[in-house]
Amino acid sequence: MYSVLTIDAEILEAIVAHARRDHPDEACGVVAGKIGSGRPERLVEMENAERSSTFYRFDSMEQLRVWREMDDLDEEPVVIYHSHTATEAYPSRTDISYAGEPGAHYLLVSTRDPRVTEVRSFSIVEGTVTEEQVNIVNAGVDPHAVQRYLFGQSPTTVDYECPARA
Amino acid sequence: MSIDVRIPTILRSFTGGAKAVQGSGDTLADLLTDLDRQYPGIKGRLITDEGALHRFVNVYVNDEDVRFLGGLDAKLNSGDSVTILPAVAGGALAFAAAHALRG
Repeated sequence: MYSVLTIDAEILEAIVAHARRDHPDEACGVVAGKIGSGRPERLVEMENAERSSTFYRFDSMEQLRVWREMDDLDEEPVVIYHSHTATEAYPSRTDISYAGEPGAHYLLVSTRDPRVTEVRSFSIVEGTVTEEQVNIVNAGVDPHAVQRYLFGQSPTTVDYECPARA
Repeated sequence: MSIDVRIPTILRSFTGGAKAVQGSGDTLADLLTDLDRQYPGIKGRLITDEGALHRFVNVYVNDEDVRFLGGLDAKLNSGDSVTILPAVAGGALAFAAAHALRG
């Protein structure tokens, strides 16, 4: 099955900025969206309770607060993101073991290269990892945006939806 | 003796899709046994073979993490609210190596 993550450029840039800011510790967070919509809309940066360059963990009480808030707003975690600071943007065995939200897109960001940020998205269900295409919405016509992000995708095309020009 | 239990998405296949169920027990361990009686198999997702609460799972009693309330021995009273959430964690390093590093 062909799986896609559609995400706003502004949100993706904020995620990348978060990862860069916390480097060399792993950064983590969630992007909430209305249940069933598949659209990530509300970014919530989470504290990495592990404060580690090789682990991340949502603090359990902060997670309760954020999950309750999503429940109150009829939202669900559409994207769960974290960064790898010295390895590729691919789910590790630990990532796969912990993946407990079968409906979420697991977004991996690698900050191992100071100039180029790798961003890849995956579905992780019952131990099976499926890479997804990332569609950036409202990317604008910034020629540097393309060079900043590296996507490993299957298929290898990158879709950009440009805002309509009047 | 009635305890309100919130079930995370990943475990709703055991409860027929229900996100909130009722259970009973004087301790969290008793409650999980009761839930397993009602929804066979659910306990195996929460407790390891060694009989400890799984590290992949966060359990809260009245909004407090049970790890601070005695874990599986946490006392429960009728009217309490229990919430189960999958822990969100991971990272670049493989688990076994990590535990070895931590000692």
